[in-house]
Amino acid sequence: MTTTLEAPALSGSQRPPGRLLDRTFRGVVLFAGALVLIILALIAGTMVNKAMPIFRSEGLGYFTHDVWDPAHAKFGTLAFTFGTVVVSSLALLLAVPVSIGIALFTTEVAPPWLRKPVTYLVDLLAAVPSVVYGLWGILVLAPALPGFYDNIHSVVGGVPILGTLFSGDPISGRSFMTAGVILAIMITPIVTSIARETFTTVPQSLKDAAHALGATRWEMIRAAVIPHSRSGLVAGILVGLGRALGETIAVALVIGSSPQISAKLFSSGDALAAVIANQFGEATGNTRPALIGMAVVLFLVTLVVGVLARGYVARAERRTGGAV
Amino acid sequence: MTAIVPPTGSITASTATPWRRIKSAMATTGIVGSLFLALVPLVLIIGYVISRGWSLMATSEWFTGSIPILTRAAGPGMRPAIIGTLMITGAATAMAVPLGVLGGVFLSEYSGGSRFGRVVRFFAEVMTGVPSIVMGIFIATIWVAANGFSAFAGALALGCLMLPVIIRTSDEMLRLVPRELRESAYALGGRKAGTILRVVLPAAAPGIISGALLAVARAAGETAPLLFTIGFVNDTNTSLFSGNNTALSVQIFKNATQVYPGSQERAWAAALTLIAIVFVFTILSRLVSTFLGRKHQS
Repeated sequence: MTTTLEAPALSGSQRPPGRLLDRTFRGVVLFAGALVLIILALIAGTMVNKAMPIFRSEGLGYFTHDVWDPAHAKFGTLAFTFGTVVVSSLALLLAVPVSIGIALFTTEVAPPWLRKPVTYLVDLLAAVPSVVYGLWGILVLAPALPGFYDNIHSVVGGVPILGTLFSGDPISGRSFMTAGVILAIMITPIVTSIARETFTTVPQSLKDAAHALGATRWEMIRAAVIPHSRSGLVAGILVGLGRALGETIAVALVIGSSPQISAKLFSSGDALAAVIANQFGEATGNTRPALIGMAVVLFLVTLVVGVLARGYVARAERRTGGAV
Repeated sequence: MTAIVPPTGSITASTATPWRRIKSAMATTGIVGSLFLALVPLVLIIGYVISRGWSLMATSEWFTGSIPILTRAAGPGMRPAIIGTLMITGAATAMAVPLGVLGGVFLSEYSGGSRFGRVVRFFAEVMTGVPSIVMGIFIATIWVAANGFSAFAGALALGCLMLPVIIRTSDEMLRLVPRELRESAYALGGRKAGTILRVVLPAAAPGIISGALLAVARAAGETAPLLFTIGFVNDTNTSLFSGNNTALSVQIFKNATQVYPGSQERAWAAALTLIAIVFVFTILSRLVSTFLGRKHQS
């Protein structure tokens, strides 16, 4: 039953108009497919080209210096990279356990009638535009957090490492931590949906076997569901990481826009995407290439993360036979 | 050496020690708790947006008036941004949906498992992860630098974001169409292009439309691609190709950072308007996939 019936060649000569349509259509769809590659190549080409002056004049210092002072022609981006890494890590630390929890709820715990509504609700989180998260973050969450941060600091202030991490200048409430919390809320739906799809591919026989051996629900999850889903979960985390690295507007509003490298999570910082959003509009001279350079960095990093994620998805598909 | 558990009553309950059962109950609590943890911000955000934005959005001037030129001035007027958002998203949809569906046709009907097809599929997926600010900067350097700000430039940036999403959904939905349908069409003398246009695409239409509506919803809420492509205006500009424009998302971003209560109130009302638009498309997408999808399956 594997015979494919492609457009039969014998009828070709009998119907010239159809053949012309076939050829034209084939050309059009080929172009549409190739458009993806064309656009990606154009993005890489034009942006690297526009950023070249700054890569040339600053060299490696562009990546390793932490002083950003366009007025004095100092274009070090390390503090922004630091901010992006810190904020994205915080977001993953907060979002991944919650996402896995929600995915387990919809696949293993919830009664069947509740599964769809829960999925819809969590997906609604993804429908809220990022600028609305930012608006809520800057006008509601950030002003409310300083008191909360003070409480945490007064509890762990004496502990060596925690004391440093959970400290900072909490006046405005705009900080690494605030940005991390907002980002965590934003990436939860996508990580949840990938985790959920992975969990649904776990064979029922594996779960039944665990139960038959006397496993409790939690033991069944640990012995059957999680090991079987590892690749899919890594893919979900990587997709979440990609989103977090590139998220711009919400972070731009709540991170505080003062680039600094500090282990104090409650102090203001800045991030790559956020500084582009805040400064590109007024940028003149070499500042523009410097900001485009950051966009190039973001583009390449998210591309690498995307490729890795795709690799893990493929691995999960090989293991489960699709559905991720 | 394996002890045979006698098949009495509830096996789980009889063999699990209390500690193991407590651990499982704790895990279940954590799992249910994580759901609530995620729903709290959803409820809070939607609650705040409605309560702070409703009074201003409920005025008719909100939909008819220009945006106050003085940011500290209180009161309504958001027509330019509402028109801008609809126009930019509409133009992006008009470009990205046809091209994206055709790209999906290429992947599912033509390239099959060819190397080029696999490369395109791979990069379409990777492209969905490109940050929206990068698309904005890309269009700002390649288009705006030469042609100036316009709604069309914003639509180009949004279109670049939507394209890979539409390609992926179309590809997936087309591959779900049973092969027998194509073979019947060929058997009746249909050629490839005609078969795809008249048989395969209609069969996959509900899924594709649903996916496209979801992509439209996401694009309508985007800010970063518009910041450096559409410029800024206070009066309505209905020209797609010329002149500065504005959008709801951009208005929220600009007004959110102001200290004046008047502009903050405008930001909340713009957020409510934007969420309403986004949710309408999200719900439409669900309706299409639920109702049209079901009709086709039976």
